[in-house]
Amino acid sequence: MTAVTGTPMLEITNLHASVEGKEILRGIDLVVNAGEVHAIMGPNGSGKSTLAQVLAGHPAYTVTGGSIRYEGKDLLELDPEERAREGVFLAFQYPVAIRGITNAYFLRSALNAVRKHRGLPELDPLEFLDLLAEKLRSIESDDSLMNRPVNDGFSGGEKKRNEILQMAVLEPKLAILDETDSGLDIDALRTVAGAVDKLRRPDNATVVVTHYQRILNYITPDFVHVLSAGRIVLSGGKELALELEARGYDWVHAEAAV
Amino acid sequence: MTSIEAQVLQPYKYGFVTDIESDNVPAGLNEDIIRVISAKKREPAFMLEWRLKAFRHWVTMKEPTWANVKYPPIDYQTIVYYAAPRQAKSLDSLEQVDPKLIETFEKLGIPLAEQKRLSGVAVDAVFDSVSVATTFKATLAQQGIIFCPFSEAVRDHPDLIERYLGTVVPTNDNFFAALNSAVFTDGSFAYIPKGVRCPLELSTYFRINAAASGQFERTLIIADEGSYVSYLEGCSAPMRDANQLHAAVVELVALDDAQIKYSTVQNWYPGDTEGRGGIYNFVTKRGKCAGRNSKISWTQVETGSAITWKYPGCLLQGDNSIGEFYSVAVTNNRQQADTGTKMIHIGKNTRSTIVSKGISAGHGQNTYRGQVTILKGATGARNYSQCDSMLIGDQCGAHTFPYIDVRNSTATMEHEASTSKIGEDQIFYCRQRGLSAEDATSMIVNGFCKEVFRELPMEFAVEAQRLLGISLEGSVG
Repeated sequence: MTAVTGTPMLEITNLHASVEGKEILRGIDLVVNAGEVHAIMGPNGSGKSTLAQVLAGHPAYTVTGGSIRYEGKDLLELDPEERAREGVFLAFQYPVAIRGITNAYFLRSALNAVRKHRGLPELDPLEFLDLLAEKLRSIESDDSLMNRPVNDGFSGGEKKRNEILQMAVLEPKLAILDETDSGLDIDALRTVAGAVDKLRRPDNATVVVTHYQRILNYITPDFVHVLSAGRIVLSGGKELALELEARGYDWVHAEAAV
Repeated sequence: MTSIEAQVLQPYKYGFVTDIESDNVPAGLNEDIIRVISAKKREPAFMLEWRLKAFRHWVTMKEPTWANVKYPPIDYQTIVYYAAPRQAKSLDSLEQVDPKLIETFEKLGIPLAEQKRLSGVAVDAVFDSVSVATTFKATLAQQGIIFCPFSEAVRDHPDLIERYLGTVVPTNDNFFAALNSAVFTDGSFAYIPKGVRCPLELSTYFRINAAASGQFERTLIIADEGSYVSYLEGCSAPMRDANQLHAAVVELVALDDAQIKYSTVQNWYPGDTEGRGGIYNFVTKRGKCAGRNSKISWTQVETGSAITWKYPGCLLQGDNSIGEFYSVAVTNNRQQADTGTKMIHIGKNTRSTIVSKGISAGHGQNTYRGQVTILKGATGARNYSQCDSMLIGDQCGAHTFPYIDVRNSTATMEHEASTSKIGEDQIFYCRQRGLSAEDATSMIVNGFCKEVFRELPMEFAVEAQRLLGISLEGSVG
């Protein structure tokens, strides 16, 4: 990876993490700068989702070694909600349902928590609706999900669309998409991935965790990393994803083992 | 984490004691005490007879043990059955109420000043054993509505009392109802005349202040043909190390085409985190849909009391009558609740809806107990029951005991039940969006209770959500 002047947005150094006593991440090194899109690929069980959860601060995962710096701060020192308010966003692979709370209420509460942290005035419901309408337009979505309870009874596609809608409203600096393409048919994939692509800006960065190359047809990565047994074993440009698609993951393991 | 700890340590907000001179009868219970109570209340002879009959029955009864709650035996001879703030014998206006009492209720957020019209609520304030103030009486009287302390109704409207008292909850109904019938000291009475829609929310606020006293209030609400009333009930008590008994009886009567909506936010002192002190809330509440097309709705939010034992129910006697029960019961720390409802379908095409939400946290034990009975004549009766439990943490318990008895083959019964645990994943999802763990819990719990909260009158819904937040503070994290 080429070094860029200034502090990287995210700097992961020799990161080790375990869940229920089992080590999953065994020395991850990764640098992500503003404006970049990184794809983390790899077979099932390689640690992709663990990396995403650790970045967001899920309490079930224990960091056993290494460091994560985010905008120069020690990310591991921050509670999950502090990370979120500082601009770290995780689009969940399995978004959870919250009965009885509308999406609009949930999202406004989240936005106001973030705005408060950033010293911005909180939005009342009407101001929020204006902002929401604008965000929906920007990702070419509609408000059909907003008055339904959070993820309750949503289809797989609706859940993923909802994650990206939240991302559009919360305007994170660092977005981590955890297998956002899984369970989506080709039309839903185009909608969801297209929306992510529209949110790219020079001052934000995206980490796309995925098993398949197809989402990268819509979100062109600057870098592709292959994760195997808890380490990044290969990094390259966007063409690496196509090669993986054509040849599978086995040859990477073989080369990594050498 | 530290903010959560700070909030756990936040004491029960209503636990203060008002320093006021009190007129008590000696502790203990016998026929003489009952005569003294009746005399102090200047009751007509029929009332004393009624009390004595109840007492004579009570001494033959045994305290029920079937509820899923545990507590040491109660010594009924150590309880003070009558405690009243000493004040002028009869009050013509609020100005005559002891300012200390007004201040107490203001501290509790209960407006007693009549100029506070905007709140749209007429309040009867009951302090220990007696009603101390009833607001808006004159306004209501213009429409023929009677809203007054129970003891006043016994004197001024003996015909109504004699006709309806004990017709829904008879003196021998159960141990605590019999005890209440013998010794009840005050409470609220409301009568809504034919065709009148009560323009204000009627409300009673109960406050136990004196130590070692029990509170035994009696409420009777009669909605005459085609009338409507919405009634709110609130309560609180000081923090004391000893348990205090609260055994109330509420009777509702709805005649043809009448509707009664009865809402409770119960916030008696729950005891401390170790289970010391707190109120034993052993209450009998029942409504009779006596007339055709009548409707009675119970909505309760139970966050207080060390032990709750109550089953607000409906006797659906009139054809096409409707009974509803919406409940949120929270048990945290060492609280125990055994609560639910009874829906007895007697008339044709009667309908009942039960929505119960139980939330257990800490070492709390929460039991839903519900009975739905469809009698032979109840052709076309329908019941829908939904019973959801939520667990927070792994030291608490949720239990469900539905009893169903159907004696008419045309009846339709639906029962749904669920148990969920506030999961780490749910909390984490909210935190990842920037919400604190406490806000996340409160949001998830409020969402869980939404079907009940939306049945509450507006001001009460806000109060209930806030209370729920306080009751559960510190249960996650």
